[in-house]
Amino acid sequence: MPALLDFTTGISVVLILMVLVSIRRQHIRVEYSVTWFGAALTLLLLSRSPGAVSKLAGALNISDPPLALVSIAGCLFLLVLFRLSVILSNLKDANIALAQRVAILEYHLSAHEEETARN
Amino acid sequence: MNAEKLLIIVPAFNEEAAVGHVVREIREVTPGVPVLVIDDCSTDQTAAVARAAGAKVMSLPHHLGLGGAVQAGYKLAFELGYQYVIRVDGDGQHDPRYITAIFEALRNSGCQMVIGSRFLEGKFDQATLVRALGIRFFRLVLRPILGRPVHDPTSGFVGVNRDALQVFSRSFPLEYPEIEALVVLQRRKFRFLEVPCRMRRRMAGRSTITVFKSLYYIVHVLLGVFVNVLKYERKRRRG
Repeated sequence: MPALLDFTTGISVVLILMVLVSIRRQHIRVEYSVTWFGAALTLLLLSRSPGAVSKLAGALNISDPPLALVSIAGCLFLLVLFRLSVILSNLKDANIALAQRVAILEYHLSAHEEETARN
Repeated sequence: MNAEKLLIIVPAFNEEAAVGHVVREIREVTPGVPVLVIDDCSTDQTAAVARAAGAKVMSLPHHLGLGGAVQAGYKLAFELGYQYVIRVDGDGQHDPRYITAIFEALRNSGCQMVIGSRFLEGKFDQATLVRALGIRFFRLVLRPILGRPVHDPTSGFVGVNRDALQVFSRSFPLEYPEIEALVVLQRRKFRFLEVPCRMRRRMAGRSTITVFKSLYYIVHVLLGVFVNVLKYERKRRRG
């Protein structure tokens, strides 16, 4: 258990640092980093509180606390991925609408230019 | 045919070998009717070939896929005030000689969509075994949803009137749009009609459909159909 807790602590710290560096270098926008921060901080807090992990394992009826911690971490990251999928879908919709609008405007523009050239 | 009312759209992606012939054929059978090729960001000479054949071309800034390209055509047609739009694929599989039948059915039936159907007479000689099985499967799925049989739900040779154009301008399935589009229309109490037509082999190139893609297609379309059904049920319950 302590080894696993140390490992998840390390992972959480690395994740937090990665997010901070990415924000600083503008590789990730602040609004999209919040979910990752939330997940990493939750994992960090749980990793540093073995008592809380044991209580959570009991509440979830999981006999092995390390397994409970891994399951919680897995669920957290699934939630983050799901949120990212939602954001990605919205961006794709917006991108398609924009591309179509650009194509339509270019079409109108070239039709207008052709008409002007004819007159 | 009334050129003021009808627009023929041809979605095309890397179809330089076929699209010129398709456009010329369309112009032969429907003189005076504008033909719009929607170039889905082809990397070959599709746009230039289509222009040379006499079509107007709308080029997308990046590749959107079939649904995105067709919807762009619908949006433009709606903005320009067209009453009817018929889609003919750029690979030459749709025989333009059936455009007149689709247009007449659109005008006279009062239906919002007319489908050029390969299987109206029950024969499956125009499809491979796997495709025929897939089509039979979707017929079964769609029968209770549409409340009536549809013989060729995967046909892309379709005509729509302005009512359907308005709906599709706002909302149109982006991948594999044919089956979902039927559900979208049915949920708005729109009607469709099938007219018999024959399809040909593609004039050039090869179909990119593999076994894996066929499975993906089935799962994707099923999900799309049920999402559309659920969306409608939710709206209905909210009143």
